[in-house]
Amino acid sequence: MSGNKEEEDPRINGIKTRIRVVPDFPKKGIMFQDITTVLLDPKAFKDTIDLFVERYRNKNISVVAGIEARGFLFGPPIALAIGAKFVPLRKPKKLPGETIFEEYELEYGNDRLEMHVGAVEAGDRALVVDDLIATGGTLCAAIKLLERVGAEVVECACVIELPELQGRQRLKGKPLCMLVEYR
Amino acid sequence: MFAVENGLQGDPRLQTISDAIRVIPHFPKTGIMFQDITTLLLDPVAFKHVVDIFVDRYKHMNISLVAGVEARGFIFGPPIALAIGAKFVPLRKPGKLPGRVISEEYELEYGNDRLEMSMEAVKTHERALVIDDLVATGGTLSASINLLERAGAEVVECACVVGLPKFKGECRLKGKPLYVLVEPSQLD
Repeated sequence: MSGNKEEEDPRINGIKTRIRVVPDFPKKGIMFQDITTVLLDPKAFKDTIDLFVERYRNKNISVVAGIEARGFLFGPPIALAIGAKFVPLRKPKKLPGETIFEEYELEYGNDRLEMHVGAVEAGDRALVVDDLIATGGTLCAAIKLLERVGAEVVECACVIELPELQGRQRLKGKPLCMLVEYR
Repeated sequence: MFAVENGLQGDPRLQTISDAIRVIPHFPKTGIMFQDITTLLLDPVAFKHVVDIFVDRYKHMNISLVAGVEARGFIFGPPIALAIGAKFVPLRKPGKLPGRVISEEYELEYGNDRLEMSMEAVKTHERALVIDDLVATGGTLSASINLLERAGAEVVECACVVGLPKFKGECRLKGKPLYVLVEPSQLD
């Protein structure tokens, strides 16, 4: 896992082979990393969750924050297994209660990530989960939201990293754990 | 059919689940008492109760596929799928799924929306469960059933955490049984 040159856990190759790369989606030039094919293989999906749970179960994580929508696929199973709360970080206007937001840049224009007020408290130890890290913009926004309410972001966890986009450098110094690199 | 009608009457977990759901009045518009399940997710015990009750019900029903409706179905579906050894299939808003998809239109109060599913998701004759956080009109669940049946799956049941009282008894959606944990919570 992560960027270390340790011996790779044998489960990782099984997960990697289940990821489907779809060319030119959502637009020309993008090699889309489709994780839905991992979810179609119960063993690969379980291995993905187990790898993260093994890493985080003894780290006193009190909150797992998942980024809409594919972070919702991986975050809750991890949260349930380690006994942490799950907090969805959502696109604007989806969360019904009072929210705080953080803006982040897209290729053209900006978007926003929202979190419910009161969901995360000062002193919470947080893990941020998404399926993939590209530029790191969304994850950075997530870290900012959590830090604004006084949480400590322990780590970001993603199934896939696109290292050439250097998202790892945009995480406000927070470490990244990923399972599979795509170059 | 509600859980209390089917063996779980008096089960204290149902009250814990109900109490953990927050009601937000007039969201997304006036008159709607929105059932906010995010507070349930902040309570690991209550969240686990939801998953445990569904897993206990479905683990011996030979379910090979759990389909969850974007986005809140993505929160409840995967833990159930993982526990019963089934695959998870996301049912998504248009344009989100890559590759070949099939799509189904359904009615909203004003206008229509569409739900999509990957064509590779289903092997024929799979036994499927559809999951969402809440059932109101049943429109989204009906569209989900259509998608799965068109792909050759057999929908065994639809399951929701919250359901309107009209779904008591032998209520069916497109001929499929519906299993609901709790009725909508009220404002204190």
